Amino acid sequence: MSGAIAEGWREYRRSPVAVVALLVVLAIVALALLAPWIAPQDPYDQAGLDLFDARLPPGEVGSGGYVHWLGTDNAGRDLLSAILYGLRLSLMISVSAGTVALVLGTAIGLSAAYYGGWFGALAMRVVDLQLSLPAILLALVLVAMLGQGVPQLMAALVAAQYAYFARTAYGAASAERRKDYIEAALSTPLSGRRVLLRHLLPNTLPPLIVVVTVQIATAISLEATLSFLGLGLPITRPSLGLLISNGFQFLLSGRYWISVYPGITLMVTVLAINLVGDQLRQVLNPKHRR
Amino acid sequence: MSELLRIERASKRFRQPVPLGDRLAAWLGRPRPPRAVQAVTDVSLTVARGEVVGLVGESGCGKSTLGRMVAGIYTPSEGAVLFEGAPVMPGGHKRSPRVQMIHQDPFASLDPRMKVGETVAEGPVAHGIVSRAGADALVAETLRRVGLDPALRNRYPHQFSGGQRQRVAIARALALNPALLVLDEPVASLDVSIQAQVLNLFMDLREAAAGGSGLTSLFISHDLGVVRHVSDRVAIMYLGRIVELAPTRTLYAAPAHPYTRALLDSVPRLGQGRGVFHPIAGELPSPLAPPPGCHFHPRCPHAGPRCRVEAPALLPVAPGQSAACHLHHGGTAAAATA
Amino acid sequence: MSTLKEAPPALEVRGLRTQFPGRQGLVRAVDGVSFAIRRGEILGLVGESGSGKSVTGFSILGLVEPPGKVVAGEVLLAGRRISGLDGAAMRRIRGAEVAMVFQDPLMTLNPVLRIGTQMAAAVRAHDRVSRAAAWDRAEQALTTVGIPSPRARLDAYPHQLSGGMRQRVAIATALLHRPKAIIADEPTTALDVSIQGQILAEVRRLADETGTAFLWITHDLAVVSSLADALCVMYAGRVVERGPADAVIAAPRHPYTVALVGSVPSGHAPGARLPQLAAGLPPRGADGAPDSGCPFRTRCPRATEVCAAPPPERDFGAGHTALCHHPVEAAA
Repeated sequence: MSGAIAEGWREYRRSPVAVVALLVVLAIVALALLAPWIAPQDPYDQAGLDLFDARLPPGEVGSGGYVHWLGTDNAGRDLLSAILYGLRLSLMISVSAGTVALVLGTAIGLSAAYYGGWFGALAMRVVDLQLSLPAILLALVLVAMLGQGVPQLMAALVAAQYAYFARTAYGAASAERRKDYIEAALSTPLSGRRVLLRHLLPNTLPPLIVVVTVQIATAISLEATLSFLGLGLPITRPSLGLLISNGFQFLLSGRYWISVYPGITLMVTVLAINLVGDQLRQVLNPKHRR
Repeated sequence: MSELLRIERASKRFRQPVPLGDRLAAWLGRPRPPRAVQAVTDVSLTVARGEVVGLVGESGCGKSTLGRMVAGIYTPSEGAVLFEGAPVMPGGHKRSPRVQMIHQDPFASLDPRMKVGETVAEGPVAHGIVSRAGADALVAETLRRVGLDPALRNRYPHQFSGGQRQRVAIARALALNPALLVLDEPVASLDVSIQAQVLNLFMDLREAAAGGSGLTSLFISHDLGVVRHVSDRVAIMYLGRIVELAPTRTLYAAPAHPYTRALLDSVPRLGQGRGVFHPIAGELPSPLAPPPGCHFHPRCPHAGPRCRVEAPALLPVAPGQSAACHLHHGGTAAAATA
Repeated sequence: MSTLKEAPPALEVRGLRTQFPGRQGLVRAVDGVSFAIRRGEILGLVGESGSGKSVTGFSILGLVEPPGKVVAGEVLLAGRRISGLDGAAMRRIRGAEVAMVFQDPLMTLNPVLRIGTQMAAAVRAHDRVSRAAAWDRAEQALTTVGIPSPRARLDAYPHQLSGGMRQRVAIATALLHRPKAIIADEPTTALDVSIQGQILAEVRRLADETGTAFLWITHDLAVVSSLADALCVMYAGRVVERGPADAVIAAPRHPYTVALVGSVPSGHAPGARLPQLAAGLPPRGADGAPDSGCPFRTRCPRATEVCAAPPPERDFGAGHTALCHHPVEAAA
C-alpha cells in the first residue's frame, strides 16, 4: 500500500498549483488547531472585550497594549484572533459534518447498490429528490426548524450533504458490484456483510475521498452562508460567516477590514480545498493515469 | 465411477428490465408481454467423480449461465442442480464451499485492493477450514501448488502478469479443497504461450488429485481445441440447449449433430490449408427470440418440416453419445411421427 | 507481364520504428519493422500482447498517440511515400487509399446514427457525390461483403446489428473507396467461430476479387494459417520470422515461432503436456532501451552467449527467413 501512496504522490506532484494548495490547506488546519495558543486574544471571552477598542483599523494598538494587525470588529474583538477562532469553528463543524455525512451517505449508497431491489430503488429516489433541491434551501429550512447552535447546524449540514455521498457511493458501488471479483467472493461463498465491507467498500472509497474534500469546502461555505444570514451560530461565538456578516454594515463607511479579512480567509480556504480535491480526482481516477 | 453432480432438467430465465417508455405505454393502455431471455432450457447432465466435462458453445448458448447455476450463483428457474445428492443452494453463505468457480478474466476476478495472500486465505478462514494462525501455511502450500513463489503473497494483483493472476485465482479456489471446479473460459483471455502454462497446470492438478480427492471439473470454453485437450466428455450447447453429449474422442471423430459437425468444420486449424473455409451459414439468432422447433433449423443443411415445429429431445445415438436431432430419431420429414 | 512484375507493392513498410517513453526508459514498441504486401495478398502479422503488432498498424496510418512517436522508417502506398505527410494530407489518404478495421466496430461506429448515414458520410468525405448516390454506394458495399437485405441494414442503428454483422459493416465501410490496402487489427477476435469463418471466407474472396491488400493483425495462428498468404511473426517490436504462411506454420525456424505453433493444443495428443515457454522480458541495455542482441534470448531454450550479439537473418528459401543465431532445423 505504501507503494501505491508513493505513486499517488508522484502523480499529485505533477501540478505545482495543487502542491501549493495542499500546503495552504495544511497551514490553515495548523493555524485553526493552534488558535488558542497563537491568537493574541480569546474572542469568546466577553469580559476581555473592550468597546473602546471597537472598529480599530489594522495596525493600531488597542487597550490590551498589542498591535491589532487586522484591526478590530464592532465589539472590540481583535480580528486576527477572531478569524483564527472562526476558522477553527468552521473547520470543526464542516469536517465533523462531512465525516458523518460520508459515513451515512456511504452506508445508504453501498447498501442500495448491493441489495438493490425495492430498498435500493426507494433509497436512491429519496436521494435523487433531495439532490434536486438546492442544499442551502434544505439547510435553511432545517436550521429554521431546529434552532441555532453548533449541533443543530451540524445536523442541517449532514442532512444537506449526505445525499452527495450516497449518490457517489451508489454509482461507484454499482459499477464494482458487477465485476467478477464480487461474484467470485459471493460464489466462494462469503457472507454478504464480508463482501460488502471487505471487497465492495474499499473499492468504492477512492471517488468518495474526492467528494469528501469538495463537500468539506461546500460545508464551510454553507455554514458561512447560514451564519451570514443570521441563522447559524450565536453572535457570541463568531464563525467566519458571522464575522463577514457583522462587518457588512460598516463596509460602505470605509471600515472594510471587518468583512474583508474574514472573507479572504474563507475564499482562500475553500479554493485551496477545492484545488486539492481536483488533483485528487486526477490521481485516483485510473483513466487519467499514464 | 460415482456421480458427483446431477443437473436435472434445469432451466434459467432472466427477465429483461422493462424500459421506462414501455412502462409508460403499459400505463396508457398498451400493455406488452414481459420480455424474458431463456438462457438455459431443460438441461440434464451428470458429472462423475474425477471426470472433466467440457461445455462448448458460441455466445448466447447458455454455457456460462449453466456454470453459474452449478456454482450456486444463479438459482434454476425450473429443475434442480444436485451436488452429492443435495441441491446447490445459492444465496446463503452457509452453503458448502466444495464447488468453486474460476472466471475468465483474471484482471477482473481478483479484488484489486487485496493482497493475493489475503485473497487466497479469505475463504478457508471464513469457512473455518483453517484458523487465522494456520492460514499462512495453507497460503504458502497452495501458492506452491499452482507454481507461484509463496513470497509473492504480500503483493497486489496489479503486480502480476495475466498468467500469474490466473494461477492466483486457481489457488483461491483450491485453498477451499473443492470437490468440483467450474472453470469459465479460464484461458480465453491469456496469450497462447501463457495459455499452455495454465492448461498444463490444470492437467497437473488433475493428475495429482486423481488418486485422492479427485478434481472433478466443468470446463466451459468456446475453444474446441482446448476442450478436446482437457475433457473426458464434451457437451455442445446451442441457444440454451445441449444438442450433443459424447465422450471427447467420439465427439470429435464422429459428431452426430449437424451443429457439432458444422462447428468443428468452421474452426480454423493450423495447417488445414489456405482458403479452406466451411463457415456455418446464417446468423446466430438472439436468445431473446430463438427460432421455434429445433433452434438450429434455420442454419441446418438437413432441416425438414418437422424441425420447424418440434424441438428434438436429447436421446442416445450410440453408446455414451446422445444428440438432440430428428435425423437420428424418426427423420425430419413428418411432423407427427414420434 | 513485365509491367506487372515491376509494379510496386500495394503497401510497403521499411525500417519502421515507434517509441514510447516508459518508466524504465524508452520503449521501442516497433523496432525496425519492414514488409511488403502485393495487390490481393493477405499478410498475417502475428504476435502476443505487447509484441508491437497493433502499434505497427497505427504507425502506418499515422495514428500513434503522443507521447508515442514514429521516429524512423518509410511507409509506401503503391510506391508513393505516405509517411511524414502532414495531418491534412494523411486524412485525405486515410479511409480512401488505406483503411483500417478494428476488433470492436462499436469503437468506430456512432451509436446514434444510422449505418447508412455513417457510410454515406464516409463516401462523401472523399468523393463529391449526392446523398442518394452515396447511399447507393453504401448499399453496393454491403452487398459486396455478403450482407443480406442491405437496404434494411442501412436503416438500422449499430446496436441493432449482431457483432458479426457490425464487423461486416466495418469491412464494407473500409472498402467504400476501393483502398489499396486495409489494415485489420484483430477483426475476428471478438466473434464466435461460426461467424468468424464466414468473415474469413468473405475477406479471402474480397482480396482475390478486388485486389485489395490486407494486413491482418492477430494473435491467432490458426486464423492466419488458413487466411494469409504470408506471415510475419513479431516479438518485442521486431519481425523475428517471415515467409509463406504454409512454410512458417509447417516448418517454423525461429524458436519463438516454434513455441507459438507448439503451444496450440490441437497439435498434441489430448491430455499431453503442452510445450511451454519460460517467462522473461527482453534484455535492456544501460540506457534502458532494448539492446541489439536477440530479444528472445531470455526465454529461449536454444540461447547461448552468442545471442547477445545482433542475430543474423537466415534464409531458408522461397522468402522464408528468421532472425536467429540458432534456427531450428526443418523436421524430416
